[in-house]
Amino acid sequence: MSSLLNTRIGFFMAVRQIKRSSKWTTGLIIAVMILTSLNLIVVSGILVGLIQGAIDAVRTHYTSDVIISTLKNKSYIENSPEVMSVIDKIPEIEGVTARYLKGGTLEANYKTRVKETDKPNTAAGTIVGIDPTAEDKITDLSKFVVEGSYLDANDYDQVLIGSFLVKKYLPIESPGFSALDNIEPGTKIRINIGDIQREVTVKGIVKSKVDEISLRVFMVDSQFRSIIGRNDYNVSEIAAKLKPGTNPEVVRDALKRNGVDTVAKVQTYTDAQPKFIKDLVATFALLGNMISSIGLVVASITIFIVIFINAITRRKFIGILKGIGINGKAIEISYVFQSIFYALIGSVIGIVIVYALLQPFIAAHPINFPFSDGILVAPVSGTLARIALLIFTTIVAGYIPARMIVRKNTLDSILGRK
Amino acid sequence: MIETKKLRKSFHNGNVETEILKGIDFHVGRGEFVAIMGRSGAGKSTLMYQMSLLDEPTSGEVIINGGHNAAKMSNDEKTLFRLTRLGYVFQDYALIPELNALENVALPLLMQDIPWKKAYTQAEEALKRVGLETHMGQLPSQLSGGEQQRVSISRAIAHKPDILFADEPTANLDNESSRIILEIFQELHKAGQTIIMVTHEPEYGKMAQKIVHLDDGMITGVTRN
Repeated sequence: MSSLLNTRIGFFMAVRQIKRSSKWTTGLIIAVMILTSLNLIVVSGILVGLIQGAIDAVRTHYTSDVIISTLKNKSYIENSPEVMSVIDKIPEIEGVTARYLKGGTLEANYKTRVKETDKPNTAAGTIVGIDPTAEDKITDLSKFVVEGSYLDANDYDQVLIGSFLVKKYLPIESPGFSALDNIEPGTKIRINIGDIQREVTVKGIVKSKVDEISLRVFMVDSQFRSIIGRNDYNVSEIAAKLKPGTNPEVVRDALKRNGVDTVAKVQTYTDAQPKFIKDLVATFALLGNMISSIGLVVASITIFIVIFINAITRRKFIGILKGIGINGKAIEISYVFQSIFYALIGSVIGIVIVYALLQPFIAAHPINFPFSDGILVAPVSGTLARIALLIFTTIVAGYIPARMIVRKNTLDSILGRK
Repeated sequence: MIETKKLRKSFHNGNVETEILKGIDFHVGRGEFVAIMGRSGAGKSTLMYQMSLLDEPTSGEVIINGGHNAAKMSNDEKTLFRLTRLGYVFQDYALIPELNALENVALPLLMQDIPWKKAYTQAEEALKRVGLETHMGQLPSQLSGGEQQRVSISRAIAHKPDILFADEPTANLDNESSRIILEIFQELHKAGQTIIMVTHEPEYGKMAQKIVHLDDGMITGVTRN
């Protein structure tokens, strides 16, 4: 008997068995396969998406696609105006925001301090001078204002303060960490940058899951330059947003070719990721795979049981088929086809649910994790690989019980003898 | 056509050995209609299972068409032999529940690699021969016992087997259905079909050309009708 003939007969029997089996049973098996395929795709997708959400947020709201920052041991990018003119000549760059950065301390409640010896209410943070319009265009900073309002280009002595510097948003009693108490829009605070002290008004509080935003104090760049005496327009950070579809590496390399890397560190958003983030992605992917593997084993056992019960209750008919001369291989193949059918239908429905429903929904309504807005990461290649694995496992899980029953003595099967 | 030589079959139950067939020498010629009769437990069905290659004897030989010695065949060869050269009618019809009447009959033909259209035409002809031309699309569960047995006969004869084996084909049927089934067997016999039928009903045994009487695993006599 040719294997092609056995396959044809196996298919013939499988189609009819599926078509004429109980709709409820078929529905239940398919439901299990849908859940299994979702488990395979979604669990690891959410775990990776949890970190990916953080990475995307850093990219969208802090580094943008390419970030140019100071070299080690430098507090600003030398010849920043020349760097800006190089940037202007690169057509793939849609826009930039330049930032002036200085470490400093903030002090609140100084007016209500009773004695000079009382411990002042201070917090350490990075003071950032920005062009509010350019910054908002590139990083949507205004979106994160949770109290008060966003900066205006003409604001003077006004700041946006990061929520990690405000005690009511970060109620941590740690001896090594201090935040400002009683802060709200309109509150006066002091900013100390080196020897310079300035009293400013809190115009708004910004709260983001990107730590770099929540730990900073923002003010209008023109005033910040005058405070720190930076008249050369040398900035500390330039975040460049690229035109859609542009590979950030291409722009990074173009900037390097133009000598920008001699005065600044030029990185894509990926380059700028700390190693622990990359490790986290790998760890979560591994975790996801481990959990998915359990799902795969459960699915295999489910299919094994389903096919085993199906085959054992049909043992008499399997015996009759063999008795009238139907090749055992054809009978086994019919069960393999049934397994493939269940796995395929379950997977296809699972894929439709993931790509047509879950992924767009979660993208529009990210999962609110404490440190990121989690998305569902489900690359098509990875999904197809998982589905292929599921189908393969299902085939094996369907074949083994079918073979066990088919191998039994023909007459014993027909007569129902043990 | 088919003969057995010193055919023995024993079953073991723990240390107890029960001999069901005690050295059967038996011959059925081409075109004969033979009924194997005997009381319950005489070994009728066991003898048929050995002859029809569904079971393996403990000792002795089954030789079909003079050259095919069952003892020398592999399991695959036996399966193929059953498919192409033998036909079976079981007591409980033994139809595949998810296949309709036509598909039940066509399946063994398709397994013989007969082209799809030809196999279905042959299956239709076999069903027409037993008067079921209007029931071809019906599932076994939609047919009466008599109709199911007629489908079973169609499946057994569709590929024109050398020998048709029938194990108590009327045991589950009413008198009218039994009569129809035996009439079909007689027609098949008239057309030259070799038939070996196991029955315990003397009335139906009389419709065969030859009756082999079996008792306690041995042939006790052969009568001709």
